[in-house]
Amino acid sequence: MRHLLSTKGLGREQAIAILDVAEDMGDVSQREVKKLPALRGKTVVNLFYEDSTRTRISFEAAAKRLSADVINFSAKGSSVSKGESLKDTAQTLASMGADAVVIRHPASGAPQTLAQSGWIDAGIVNAGDGMHEHPTQALLDAFTIRRRFHGAAARGRDLDGISVAIVGDILHSRVARSNIWLLTALGASVHLVAPATLMPVDLEGWPVTVGYDLDRELASGPDVVMMLRIQAERMHASFFPNAREYSRQWGLDEDRVGRLGAGTIVMHPGPMNRGLEISALAADSPLSTVREQVTNGVSVRMAALYLLLSGERESSEGEPVEEEQSA
Amino acid sequence: MSRTIIIRGAALADGGRTDILVRDGRIAELGGSLSAAEAAVIDADGLLALPGLVDLHTHLREPGYEQSETVLTGSRAAAFGGFTVVHAMANTSPVADTAGVVEQVESLGEAAGYVTVRPVGAVTAGLEGRQLAEIGAMATSRARVRVFSDDGRCVDDAQLMRRALEYVKVFDGVVAQHAQEARLTEDAQMNEGSLSGELGLTGWPAAAEEAIIARDVLLAGHVGARLHICHVSTAGSVDVIRWAKARGIPVTAEVTPHHLLLTEDVVRGYDTRYKVNPPLRGAEDVAAVRAGLADGTIDAIATDHAPHPVEAKDCEWAAAAFGMVGLESALSVVHAAVVQTGVLDWTDVARVLSSAPARIGSVPGYEAGIAVGVPANLTLYDPSAERVFDRSALRGRSTNSPYLSAVLPGRVIATIHDGYPTMLDGELLDARTIATAREELQHG
Repeated sequence: MRHLLSTKGLGREQAIAILDVAEDMGDVSQREVKKLPALRGKTVVNLFYEDSTRTRISFEAAAKRLSADVINFSAKGSSVSKGESLKDTAQTLASMGADAVVIRHPASGAPQTLAQSGWIDAGIVNAGDGMHEHPTQALLDAFTIRRRFHGAAARGRDLDGISVAIVGDILHSRVARSNIWLLTALGASVHLVAPATLMPVDLEGWPVTVGYDLDRELASGPDVVMMLRIQAERMHASFFPNAREYSRQWGLDEDRVGRLGAGTIVMHPGPMNRGLEISALAADSPLSTVREQVTNGVSVRMAALYLLLSGERESSEGEPVEEEQSA
Repeated sequence: MSRTIIIRGAALADGGRTDILVRDGRIAELGGSLSAAEAAVIDADGLLALPGLVDLHTHLREPGYEQSETVLTGSRAAAFGGFTVVHAMANTSPVADTAGVVEQVESLGEAAGYVTVRPVGAVTAGLEGRQLAEIGAMATSRARVRVFSDDGRCVDDAQLMRRALEYVKVFDGVVAQHAQEARLTEDAQMNEGSLSGELGLTGWPAAAEEAIIARDVLLAGHVGARLHICHVSTAGSVDVIRWAKARGIPVTAEVTPHHLLLTEDVVRGYDTRYKVNPPLRGAEDVAAVRAGLADGTIDAIATDHAPHPVEAKDCEWAAAAFGMVGLESALSVVHAAVVQTGVLDWTDVARVLSSAPARIGSVPGYEAGIAVGVPANLTLYDPSAERVFDRSALRGRSTNSPYLSAVLPGRVIATIHDGYPTMLDGELLDARTIATAREELQHG
């Protein structure tokens, strides 16, 4: 794998292979010495243009468990008008010998721009770009679902037959997008539930079903209910009248969580707004995978960095990025 | 070069073939086997003679943004693309909202001499959408401005738009509207649709263009003033304009070469060269603007030539500037988009790229096309050529062309402006030669 930019275009077999490597990495994390020498001498830069302590420390833990050197570069506040351009930053990192750049950026497509720019030869991992994708989040979600449903026999398995409801701010969510492509590639069915204002206006060609009624969706008995975070700024832009109405119609409140089957799992990418999109009862219930997701995040990110940086680096010359991913 | 030129054996848009005798700035004779003493001869065998191309929508960037383009460099790009007139948009710094600025731009164009530069005046002071610019002063200035536009920004305020339309009608001016409803397009990055959702780019809905056009055609009809719609990009806009024309509303419209050729699919790789405003649209929209051009709903093709320095495009998509250069590629792109596809023939091209935009901009001398007695503004085009469009095909200061490394048909071989060549054998003449020719023309 040359870069990890998106889950769109990731094939079933390749996705399973990444999840299987993540299983191996998960085993490492259970040991007393949670460290492999695989990436000794490699330098991983966490280039974060947005605050995200959770994702950054997850990547940092993953890189360190593989013995890579980690440099954290917080570029928040730097903008094209005021600060250094992405190009100049990338060339600086290239000059310092970065082997991989984990980038979080508010602009959709920034990781892809970096990967195809020629500014830097490092492997690029997308740690969330604008409203576009967050592929390691989707991989850790898929990993978590697979573990819950297949347990110790998870290796080599896909998600065939599993139904997943993704609920909340689909419009602005890179987590939703990455999950839609990855989970369906793995054989799951995906159903989107949101107020119409937070649903993309045109979903032609998307492998999903769409609904606006959470109760109806829950009555259909989904295996997985994935709640998305509602950003504070949505509340002031008339996407819905107020938090109370949102919570009443699209929140996983106590009543709704009580109606879920015992085998259902409740997911949330974090950080959670308890009492808004998810009740405390749901978040802390045995159905919830929130803490497993965090644990699995490290395993999945170890797998991604390992696949990017171990062994012979693939050549970047003449190979379009998307094709490499699906190869 | 001699002030008498014989263009030998040119094909005409209607299929005929003729020699063209140019003398003292005008077309003196048409016919077979023309001869004249001391005439310079241009062999036009296999070349198509079109009337000089007229661009209604050009960003020359001077004054204020000379790192992107100047009146001289933009004029050279225009001549290289076969143009003899460009309309210089008002979003300069300072804004072209006073007689002083438009006269300066016009003089710079005159001094460069490659094309006629017709300044466009701002509709509102500073393009700020609050009060009218000095429209009357610009109209009566030496630059005789007839086209007014806040292009880049929409005249949002309906009352102000109404006043502008009323104000320009007394001297048969026209308000050229950049139709973009502001609230619906906050932070918009590309056409709104399934692809914008997938790419996570904020959508620019078609309705934001169509709603403004609908409002403005109603206003133009109500006050009986000329309205022109810049860069029409959606199927719905074509429908609204068609409806307005059927009702007799004095509205005209333009479409850009890129909206005739490219669809939003090219945005998939986040290549910032494709970032433009209004954005590239879907295949149905491209089909609709082509059909609108064919049936006369859309009157003209205009480039929206928008030069930007390298750093404005060498960045992530959201940070990149909107716009593409278009003067040098326009005729080839039109050839590919609407001639090779059978939508227009070359007579239509002469109309939509010369006589119609000249009429909209009140530029005299282009009504009759290639005819005896008219000012000699001509473009010789080789329609049989095919080439990889590369940096050597650009002559402006900026290189933000979406066509670099694409294969495009045709090539402009020569351009004659007011009787003197600005381009011969596929290459521009140097600035001094042009300035001398201009001087001679003016002072006999």
